[in-house]
Amino acid sequence: MHIGGTAALAAGRRTAPRAAEHYVEGPIRAFAIATVFWGVVGFLMGVVIASQLAWPLLNLDLEWTTFGRLRPVHTSAVIFAFGGNALLGTSLYVVQRTCRARLYGGEDMGWFLFWGYQFFIVMAALGYVLGITQSKEYAEPEWYADLWLTVVWVAYLVAFGGTILRREEPHIYVANWFYLAFIVTIAMLHIGNNLALPVSLGHAKSYGAASGVQDAMIQWWYGHNAVGFFLTAGFLGMMYYFIPKQAERPIYSYRLSIVHFWTLIFLYIWAGPHHLHYTALPDWAQTLGMVFSVMLWMPSWGGMINGLMTLSGAWDKLRTDPGLRFSVVAVGFYGMSTFEGPVMSIRAVNALSHYTDWTIGHVHSGAMGWVGFITFGALYYLVPKLWGKRGLWSRRLVEWHFWIATLGIVLYITAMWVSGIMQGLMWRAYDELGFLQYSFVETVAAMHPYYVIRALGGVLYLTGALLMAYNLWRTATSEALDEGEEEARPAPAAPAPAIAAAPAAG
Amino acid sequence: MPTKIEKDHVTGTETTGHEWDGIKELNTPLPRWWLLVFYATIAFAVLWMILFPSLPIRGATGLTGWIAREAVVGEMQAHQARLEPMMARLRATTPGEIAADPELRAFALAGGRAAFANTCAGCHGAGGQGAPGGFPSLADDDWIWGGSLEAIRTTILHGVRNTEDERARQSQMPRFLADGLLSAAQVNDVAEYVLSLSGRAGDQAAAARGAAIYAENCASCHGERGEGNRELGAPRLSDQVWLYGGDKASVVRSIAFSRGGVMPAWQGRLDPAVINMLTVYVHALGGGE
Repeated sequence: MHIGGTAALAAGRRTAPRAAEHYVEGPIRAFAIATVFWGVVGFLMGVVIASQLAWPLLNLDLEWTTFGRLRPVHTSAVIFAFGGNALLGTSLYVVQRTCRARLYGGEDMGWFLFWGYQFFIVMAALGYVLGITQSKEYAEPEWYADLWLTVVWVAYLVAFGGTILRREEPHIYVANWFYLAFIVTIAMLHIGNNLALPVSLGHAKSYGAASGVQDAMIQWWYGHNAVGFFLTAGFLGMMYYFIPKQAERPIYSYRLSIVHFWTLIFLYIWAGPHHLHYTALPDWAQTLGMVFSVMLWMPSWGGMINGLMTLSGAWDKLRTDPGLRFSVVAVGFYGMSTFEGPVMSIRAVNALSHYTDWTIGHVHSGAMGWVGFITFGALYYLVPKLWGKRGLWSRRLVEWHFWIATLGIVLYITAMWVSGIMQGLMWRAYDELGFLQYSFVETVAAMHPYYVIRALGGVLYLTGALLMAYNLWRTATSEALDEGEEEARPAPAAPAPAIAAAPAAG
Repeated sequence: MPTKIEKDHVTGTETTGHEWDGIKELNTPLPRWWLLVFYATIAFAVLWMILFPSLPIRGATGLTGWIAREAVVGEMQAHQARLEPMMARLRATTPGEIAADPELRAFALAGGRAAFANTCAGCHGAGGQGAPGGFPSLADDDWIWGGSLEAIRTTILHGVRNTEDERARQSQMPRFLADGLLSAAQVNDVAEYVLSLSGRAGDQAAAARGAAIYAENCASCHGERGEGNRELGAPRLSDQVWLYGGDKASVVRSIAFSRGGVMPAWQGRLDPAVINMLTVYVHALGGGE
């Protein structure tokens, strides 16, 4: 055991905050635990349904355990339970510290958000397993769960916005712009896509306000911006706090953060129609969805540049801080996914990629590589802080987690690329006489080996997460790591201060 | 407010003078390549919107005049036009003539394979091998309704035991136990006799008792020696090929409650040329007569 590689304690130079004990931390510890718990649940469900695709017997012939019901449990557990708890927890942590202000609403607000959000997750998941669903991808919960989430989300906006309003810093830090954009836009999307009339107040079923292609368009306006604002903007907020903290370096470019923030916010909201190429959606809307997606490339990469270049002068930390390595590789995956996305939105590419496993691979390089890794990096930084420890229980376990999870992602996404492109090509293959070369079932049979590889990738990713859960649990419960004992240990060599005062210029 | 601009020694860039929880920001200008590529994507977007439909106005198709629906229809028509000369010949020809003409036969086998995979394989299996539970194999020589080109074509055109086509192949085996025609003991005996036709009777005494019951109740359709009758779709009972299983329990169940599959009529659903191609293809799967 040794002092964890996180820069936790050396972070030093905190600018005269109010005493740390004034910050709300109890609910944030709960959010951190929930993030790990739901992460393991979500990855486990992923392994289960990936295995069901490879070996359909695993559907068990029970309605509750069929792929159709467990798939939304997996997606919601990863996106909303794992990702959502990570975003809520880190945003409440970050906003208090970067505003030097206690959470608006205090502990009570924090606990309401925590339990309110967990209640939503459990209600939604129970509904999926019992067959209660709106049948809208990533918006499956029925009206009663949607209403409850709206209440929780408005409270979240009040708590977050209220904290910003009572800040003691003159400016609002960039991480908070992204968190705020995420909170506001998700509220708008959630309400917009879930306008529905229940059959009766005592009935779980509801009917959506829109129908036909309008319904499809609203669904993918929601669906793509769930990616854009939940899985991107929110996690960019996380990146903007935890990478500079771990690297102990200033953000690379303030101007880039402004420009890429506003361009990202403005362009993302129009990109949804690229999910509906070659459908009944009018051509003009499809064209707009495509060109806005192409224009999104550089605004997305602005975040990647700011994340990676913040490490200039601190690249050596990647060797010693595997937590930071997670964060940085996450940004790499972010860059890869946000290049792949615009490419796939191009109509001619989409003609091949749409409805194939390529799309699934794309989502997973984003979800496992970007969302997962940036969250792991944040957790490895945050847990010692929240529990008052000098560092992590084991850095070696973090190393193992990193390599196992990376290998898992590589297996997963390469299998899905091969399988998806093969599937798309098989669908459109004609023989020399002009007849379809393959039937649908032949394409399914051809994909079987890749389904097995994909399930294996999921097993590796899950294994890594279990190592993390164990390591974080040992960190939080180990008395030997208590901060008070710090003096007894040899102090780490202090790095030369990278920033020195320069003459103030204008 | 309190701006304390500093110089970062690593990069030589100045900070903005802000600080949050120890985090500072450098005042690095936008990377030039980043800005140029961003402008390029905007230019691409504008160009694309001029070339392709991008306005919610009827008839505003952009300079290329491209319309998704017309493009798809055009592609499909071009494909049809390419196939049409051969398809026209296939429509005007009998399966027998198709099978005799090498060029037509090659085309029919290729088209029949594709049509079979998308239309028939769901029940009859990807190679026509059939499936347990009453989906007959089409790759062997054990035909229920006949394995000549003409018989196969009739089955495809009109189907079996459906209610939609009045020329569908019809037959109905009685439910000997359920309708009280035979006692349970008699069903047992006649099942043993049926198994004896393929040399598999377990209880010779029962089989002997069953012979008379068989002659009275079954032979009129399945034949005196269990040779079957294709006119009635009565399967052969003297071989090892069983539609619903050949173990004793399955045979008892078939006699007691009767069984019979349904196949839809494909006339009107498929192009006559495709039906001819399917006929030739199925005939060539291995068991054509």
